[in-house]
Amino acid sequence: MSLRRLILAAVLSALVLAGAAYAQPKNGVVRPSGETKLPPRELGSQLYAGNCSACHGIDGSGQRTPRKTTEGIEGQGPSLRGVGARSVDFYLRTGYMPISEPDEQPVRRRPLFSDLEIRALVDYVSSLPPPGPPIPKPHPERGNLAEGYELFTENCAGCHQVAAQGGVTTGARVPPLTDASAVQIAQSVRIGPYLMPRFSERQISDEELDSIIAYAELAAKEPVDEGGWGIGHLGPITEGMVTWYFAAVVLVLVCLMIGRRLRA
Amino acid sequence: MIRRTVNFLDSRTGAVPFLRKSLRYIFPDHWSFLLGEIAMYAFIVLVATGVYLTLFFEPSLAETTYTGSYKPLQGLAMSEAYRSAVELSFDIPSGLLMRQTHHWASNIFVAAILMHLLRVFFTGAFRKPREITWVIGLLMLFATLLEGYLGYSMIDDLLSGIGLAIGYGVALSLPVVGANLTLGLWGGPFPGDPAFESRMYVAHVFLLPILIGTLMAGHLALVASRHHAQFKATKRATERKLVGMPAFPAQVPRSLALMFATVAVLFLLGGLVQINPIWQWGPFEVSQGTNGAQPDWYLGWLIGSLRLVPGFDVTIGDYTLIPNPFWGGALFPLVVMAVLGAWPWLERRFGGVRGFHNILDRPRDVPGRTAFGFAFFTWVALIFLAGSADRATVFFGLDYESQVVFFRGAVIVAPIVAFFVTRRICRELKRGEEIGVDKERAEEEAEEEAQEAEREKEPAPA
Ligand code: HEC
Ligand code: HEC
Repeated sequence: MSLRRLILAAVLSALVLAGAAYAQPKNGVVRPSGETKLPPRELGSQLYAGNCSACHGIDGSGQRTPRKTTEGIEGQGPSLRGVGARSVDFYLRTGYMPISEPDEQPVRRRPLFSDLEIRALVDYVSSLPPPGPPIPKPHPERGNLAEGYELFTENCAGCHQVAAQGGVTTGARVPPLTDASAVQIAQSVRIGPYLMPRFSERQISDEELDSIIAYAELAAKEPVDEGGWGIGHLGPITEGMVTWYFAAVVLVLVCLMIGRRLRA
Repeated sequence: MIRRTVNFLDSRTGAVPFLRKSLRYIFPDHWSFLLGEIAMYAFIVLVATGVYLTLFFEPSLAETTYTGSYKPLQGLAMSEAYRSAVELSFDIPSGLLMRQTHHWASNIFVAAILMHLLRVFFTGAFRKPREITWVIGLLMLFATLLEGYLGYSMIDDLLSGIGLAIGYGVALSLPVVGANLTLGLWGGPFPGDPAFESRMYVAHVFLLPILIGTLMAGHLALVASRHHAQFKATKRATERKLVGMPAFPAQVPRSLALMFATVAVLFLLGGLVQINPIWQWGPFEVSQGTNGAQPDWYLGWLIGSLRLVPGFDVTIGDYTLIPNPFWGGALFPLVVMAVLGAWPWLERRFGGVRGFHNILDRPRDVPGRTAFGFAFFTWVALIFLAGSADRATVFFGLDYESQVVFFRGAVIVAPIVAFFVTRRICRELKRGEEIGVDKERAEEEAEEEAQEAEREKEPAPA
């Protein structure tokens, strides 16, 4: 009897949890009607007003204090003035923005906006004075892998893991760099999204950045797996899994097979 | 021809009676008795591949420049040790195959020892007269953990350097002896004297393998001299009579088959699945680190315990008597070792069963031991799992800090739950069996009675 009640309680709480997870606000975006006919700047302005202004302010100068409205607390976000195309393009193409809660960590996902919309938004936000930096054009092919490796272990591996597979730091999940393009790596190093530090040109020059990108792309996307299947480039954790889930299972099966007397 | 060889050998060594006896040695018939043999064969593979590796590995921290074929490291300064290990992997024929097989074999060696240990524990095979065999087995396990740690530490890649830094911290945290011990071993503050590398090397390729080999020989000799314990599989098997198959022609081919299977699995993994790609980790430098550095799986429980122990130091005034890493890194494994080592005696003392035991228990037959064992290994396993909480964060988005809180609670609650649940299950299983036996007997009786009644009813033949 008590066992049955326990199971019931467990099932119920699991359902409640699942429901809570499901009921999170979906990130729908608001679109003006007749999008394709609008001039880009106008489209950007409308998209901004509909999707970003609640947090970043009507004029893009940010909102430091949360504002109460009829629908509860409206968010807050930093000023976008002067962040430039570099930052807006990064945050939109990685799917980082818009977020639903101001204090959540932006994570990579499929962008909610189309390419056209992203260009319009980038154009509009970067047109707000003062002017900010443009989208960078890195040249990883000019970089030096060995220098890139050294700079990466010095500056990035503490968070992103030496093979660029991601990790954790206090307060944030650090993404693997498997999906980041060369441009996005260049952008993020200069912007420092969320808890990541930003690196100025004095700390990491553009030439060094090229090397870092060359190394990071190799490590994350085309690692040299001389030894066969790379099992995630995580080292011991996946190796331990192969040890137990594969090798140990197979060998125990072998024992079971040969350890039984054949009865004719 | 064979006869002549045998005669030749016998007249010179007098070994035939011994040989005859060993060929007739009886092995009980149960698959779980083969788990220990996997470990033995993995050890043989370890020695064989290890010998190959020593031909190319240079245990030296002398600085050199990499000029081999892996691009991202070209022109970088590194130690001879690391350079030779990378070169071994890229530019020496079969080097990588041997290195990977060696590493897989070490992982599987420990896994097999652990499975064997669990079998022995839960069947009560450690009881009199086999306590010494049990203790030797445990010593072997711990020697193996150290051996594995030294093996991947002496390569001087980024992961091994981080692992050594943690080991140094734990050694330093030992009360009273810590400072002198680390000074003696490392020859100076971390990363220590270059001679430390040769010390690790000598221990890894010479001292510990000989220790493990000797312990293994002793272990096997004791098993053979006390003979195997057995399950009560048939009525003929008793405390005094061993039922099974002779070494030849039954067990030897079986064992050989297992050897081939083990070697095959190890070399298949070594050839096809990458393990410890040191070139991707890069050489170790004190100032560098990486997120998610982990030890090999068999030391994961120590990382877990280091993480779970709350941060506090035992201090007297300004003097830190017991630094924090002591609890998780040193005391915890010592406790595990001590409990396991003392278990045969604890059970005799408190379980009340003395005397010789050649018949093994089924886990359900001894609910107390089985429940304790389950609780104990649940405890260790949870601490082990906590060691990889950071990856669970990356993969499943579980919040790291809440996981630590969860595990801190779970390592206290789960073993207690496991104890009572297991004991209950054992008792139920046994009761079910007794009822089953009763039921069978009752059914048989009922049947007989029914038949009897039939017969009585039948009219007597005219
Ligand atoms: C203190 C830890 C830390 C350091 C050091 C750091 N990062 Fe990051 N990085 C992060 C975090 C956290 C994020 C996720 C940001 C977010 O979610 O908004 C991130 C995001 C990124 C991204 C975007 C990845 C994606 O696909 O979403 C790139 C690219 C990146 N970092 C590159 C680098 C490079 C290159 C360096 C070294 C120059 C570096 N990071 C150093 C913590 C760090
Ligand atoms: C729920 C509130 C919220 C909404 C809605 C939102 N943002 Fe943000 N935004 C934030 C917060 C909080 C940050 C700071 C996050 C960080 O540091 O990574 C941020 C950061 C940014 C940045 C980086 C600023 C910098 O300093 O480089 C850009 C660009 C940006 N948002 C653009 C947008 C755009 C464009 C939209 C609309 C499509 C949008 N955001 C919608 C809250 C919001």
